[in-house]
Amino acid sequence: MKLIYYPGCTLKNSARNFDTSTVTSMAKLDVEIEELERWNCCGTVHALGSDNVMNRVAPVTNLIRVKEAKATEFMTSCAMCYNTLKRANNDVKAHANKLNTINEFLNLEETKYEGDVEVRHLLEYLRDRVGFDKLAAKVKKPLKDLRVACYYGCLLVRPKEVAFDDVENPMIMENLITALGATPVNFPLKTECCGAYHSVGSPEIIADRTDKIMSSASEQRVDMVVVSCPLCAYNLDFKQDDARRLNPDFQHMPVLYFTQLMALALECGEEALGFDLHHIDPLPTLAARGLA
Amino acid sequence: MNNTTLRLSTSMGSAFVAKVEKVSGQKLLACYQCGKCSAGCPMAAHMDILPNQIIRMAQMGMQKQLLASKTIWVCVSCLTCNSRCPKNIHIAEVIESLRQTALNNGQRDDRLKIWEMTPEARSDLPPIAMISAMRKLTS
Ligand code: SF4
Ligand code: SF4
Ligand code: SF4
Ligand code: SF4
Repeated sequence: MKLIYYPGCTLKNSARNFDTSTVTSMAKLDVEIEELERWNCCGTVHALGSDNVMNRVAPVTNLIRVKEAKATEFMTSCAMCYNTLKRANNDVKAHANKLNTINEFLNLEETKYEGDVEVRHLLEYLRDRVGFDKLAAKVKKPLKDLRVACYYGCLLVRPKEVAFDDVENPMIMENLITALGATPVNFPLKTECCGAYHSVGSPEIIADRTDKIMSSASEQRVDMVVVSCPLCAYNLDFKQDDARRLNPDFQHMPVLYFTQLMALALECGEEALGFDLHHIDPLPTLAARGLA
Repeated sequence: MNNTTLRLSTSMGSAFVAKVEKVSGQKLLACYQCGKCSAGCPMAAHMDILPNQIIRMAQMGMQKQLLASKTIWVCVSCLTCNSRCPKNIHIAEVIESLRQTALNNGQRDDRLKIWEMTPEARSDLPPIAMISAMRKLTS
């Protein structure tokens, strides 16, 4: 049985390296994945209004596609897609009237959604199905001496109904990093929001958040920060120049997806890593550790 | 004290308070003003009214001040307040209901004016940023 994979639109755009490193790593782990046919954008950000039905339509359409692929679960590596799809799924499962309205609205679909699909995040899949010990056994190039701060942001841990680890002190990414041979550090700001979409209208907020979060990581003398969300990645990587203008002591540091570290340790090849898409080039840091 | 009780019960009957409670799905009077929501809010430094004050003002039905506040646009729904509130109040949902009230006032008075951004600025931003900003800041 193939694992259905939902990339989401940003992984086909500015975060193509998140997509390629996901796909190639899974192949090395002998998990056959298949991209969901006719997937659509999940719409981002779960609308919080109790009366909201409209913004659940896009996620539910994807759940219908998963059913049509004869699957009962699927995986995504984008934290935002995961959160949006999972919360919409929980909402329509809990409210039959909403699900009914959506199914009626989607009356041209051949398949009705009946709450019969599960949403999984790649981290959760790696821990529960593949196993971090099996992952460790497959590592070809251990990431020795690499010090990493794991950043979760909001979407993997909040609300607790979608969290697959402790809400205040998750360790799943640290455990994965350890399996790859790297050294995770204690990182107090790992679940503090980066400011999300404020990069669009209020860049001064992002500059401040990026300074606080990245400087907290710097204090732990890390080589890089690792994330699971293309919006966190954008803010924490591309807004470092703004953070530097705010704080002259700001230290530039690369920001990578956890899948890129997997692809590196599993030797998936340079193309899968896509380091050209970064603002702060990770190569010098990796070269200094003998990893590039 | 009597005075406060009286004002509260009056405003709790107002259509605005009823709407906020309905859309957010929250019971505003459950809040006992411990301040934990504001203590952990990563956006607090950029707000004019703190999250606990938002809840208090919503209890009081202070519609005009709430809808004119910077806070309802600064809050990014990170849900830190929700997950830490000892009374299990979903503060982020209350703020979302205020944002929705401001956006759906029939004026198409969007907070984010995409057309005012330069094409370069727009194309530099990843889709995930543009879509979520439009979801939160436009009607
Ligand atoms: S969260 Fe974003 S990147 Fe992910 S699919 Fe939805 S909109 Fe696109
Ligand atoms: S983008 Fe920022 S807001 Fe989003 S999850 Fe990442 S940390 Fe939170
Ligand atoms: S944390 Fe909860 S109870 Fe405390 S002030 Fe905030 S909303 Fe009120
Ligand atoms: S959801 Fe809004 S109010 Fe609550 S902690 Fe986050 S930014 Fe602050």
